[in-house]
Amino acid sequence: MKKVFIYPKFERFWHWTQATLIMFLALTGFEVHGSISVFGFEQAVRFHRISSYALLLLIAFAIFWHITTGEWRNYIPTTKKIKDQIKYYTTGIFKGEKHPTDKNELSKLNPLQKIVYFGFKVVLIPLVVVTGILYMNYKSIDENNIIVISEIPLDILAILHTFGAFLLISFLIVHVYMTTTGETPTSNIKAMITGYEEIEEEIDKQNKSENEK
Amino acid sequence: MNKSLIITIFLVILVLVMINVFHTGEPENLNLLKLKQEYVQPDVVSVDHSTFPELQKTFNSPQDVTETCISCHTERHTEIMESAHWNWERVAYVEGRGITKLGKKNVLNNFCIGASGNEQSCAKCHIGFGMNNDQFDFENARNVDCMVCHDNSEEYMKGSATAGYPDRNVNLTKVAQSVGSPQKENCGFCHFNSGGGNNVKHGDLEQALLAADREVDIHMGANGMDMSCVDCHTAENHQIKGRLYSVSSENTNRAFCEDCHGNLPHFDNILNRHTSKVACQTCHIPEYAKVNATKMAWYWSEAGNLKDGEPYSIDNEDGNHEYLSTKGRFVWEKNVKPDYVWFNGKADHYVLGDSIKSIPVEMNTLYGSHDDPDSKIVPVKIHVGDQIYDKKNNILIQPKLFAEEAGDSAYWKDFDWGLAAEAGMERVGLPYSGEYGFVKTKMYWPVNHMVATKENSVQCAECHTQSEDGRLASLEGFYLPGRDHSSVLDFIGRLDVLLALLGVFIHGSIRVFLVLRKRKYSVQTINEKV
Repeated sequence: MKKVFIYPKFERFWHWTQATLIMFLALTGFEVHGSISVFGFEQAVRFHRISSYALLLLIAFAIFWHITTGEWRNYIPTTKKIKDQIKYYTTGIFKGEKHPTDKNELSKLNPLQKIVYFGFKVVLIPLVVVTGILYMNYKSIDENNIIVISEIPLDILAILHTFGAFLLISFLIVHVYMTTTGETPTSNIKAMITGYEEIEEEIDKQNKSENEK
Repeated sequence: MNKSLIITIFLVILVLVMINVFHTGEPENLNLLKLKQEYVQPDVVSVDHSTFPELQKTFNSPQDVTETCISCHTERHTEIMESAHWNWERVAYVEGRGITKLGKKNVLNNFCIGASGNEQSCAKCHIGFGMNNDQFDFENARNVDCMVCHDNSEEYMKGSATAGYPDRNVNLTKVAQSVGSPQKENCGFCHFNSGGGNNVKHGDLEQALLAADREVDIHMGANGMDMSCVDCHTAENHQIKGRLYSVSSENTNRAFCEDCHGNLPHFDNILNRHTSKVACQTCHIPEYAKVNATKMAWYWSEAGNLKDGEPYSIDNEDGNHEYLSTKGRFVWEKNVKPDYVWFNGKADHYVLGDSIKSIPVEMNTLYGSHDDPDSKIVPVKIHVGDQIYDKKNNILIQPKLFAEEAGDSAYWKDFDWGLAAEAGMERVGLPYSGEYGFVKTKMYWPVNHMVATKENSVQCAECHTQSEDGRLASLEGFYLPGRDHSSVLDFIGRLDVLLALLGVFIHGSIRVFLVLRKRKYSVQTINEKV
């Protein structure tokens, strides 16, 4: 076993802050939706709004980080080895087979993750963010203190926003479960906390030999 | 060591800063303070009428008083004679009717039905003298009643069934010498007692407002701003601002909360943005009839029961009539939650002679919808009941109710609907087929008074709720967050989450099962070796 540094400080900060905000937004959002009752409608609306601003700020920083560090390349979808990856999760994992793809600082994601996270970042988050911003500004106050009402019907915005929220929750469930499929059930989570992940030596040796070549 | 000290100091400073940022307390509302300072100033009375030589005499008739008023206030009577208080009608444009005159002369209600034929009694609330039939001379300035609005002595009162003349015991000299700006008592004489008793019609206007707590009415509360009606219902040349849609029809000359408070009165912009679609009253009048009950229903069809040939009454524990042989059965309610409708300031009315289009008959129709930019959600009192109509002609009947003596076809004396209908309809010049029945009716009374304290105003979740008891549960045409949702989406969404959970559970269970089996197997093999 060897410890490999995979997640830099900002990435870990971004990941956990985003996770917390999204879970809090889901909690308050589903209270606004009328599904649950925790803070009371008024506080739920207020908290939802404040945390949405926080998430927008975080996303702005994250986009900057992805671009400047070149980390965005991790999320380019690929079909290479994707069959192997699906086969691994459907059968191989039960037989105790090895992960078909390597994990290292340069390539953090397996092909399945690449596709799912790409969808998450390019479709799901924009869907929720855009509908959320439009929802927030459904009524706005202009320079003359006149209240302006958006042309886009609120029910369409609300339905799309809620749809995104449902997808996010199911993403969260599967995502959390998938963290247990690392070397040990907790090694992925530990990596996201400390930045270091334990990876089997054999693979390292292979990598080394490949590098030497 | 040093490092932890610095961190501790930093954290302490951070906590202190956060406390300051998040615990600012309620900021002072300077706009409100300015308004309060403006309205708390007592009225300065510039003249003392009691010293005027013109008023040092005994007046033989109330018309004498009016003539004396006009001798100094030379053109005021012309202003009055253009007002709805005098004419009992306004010229209005109503969709479907065109330009038309509407008012107490020709509009019916579902309380005492209509004034036509009953002027002798109904003219108690006309600002004139001698209206005892439909021949009243609206051009005669001598009959303008200045005193009913301007008496500040609380001495003046109109008599019962005296065609608008004052009670015989009123000391006209005293009244004439103590005139001034209208007080709550003046407006209240009619507007508190309309419908024949305190708080019968409005629900939000009643005698209790003369000495109310600010919990009852934040503006008129005696222990609060103690404002009078004319502070908001200001007048220019005797044309008073404000509309009541039991008789009004047009979206003009209305009195709005915004006139003083502006359209963005809250510190919170989420609340401010509500004001484009929600009238102030909707949140700030959580209930009406806070002190005394108001009439919610009036069933004329049950009138006419007699005991030993005599009319009788049944009172409830509050002393209100529950049943009167002359008028039928009533339902009273106290602390009533308003109903809510979309309203754009335009209304139509059931006018004498209109055919019945729907049941219940809408005595007044308030126009408005979510998509209409002029419409807002407003609170209303809905008064229901049934009343007499002509079965063949399909029109509501104006019955003759009042007469001095029996044998004059008046229902209140003779208890014969047939005769009352015939006499009443003849008087208003409409046909009567001879066949009457009773039809359900409905009337809307926008609720504008009894504004609650800030603490008692309607809370978010009273409307933003999926509960069927939500205040806006039945209001349609728009998406209300917290109340509305797509059941299809909710079903798909829940299914999606459920499938994710199920998938994860099954996948995880298989893994756990295999690991356990493997462990058992290795334990077995170890045991076998041993």
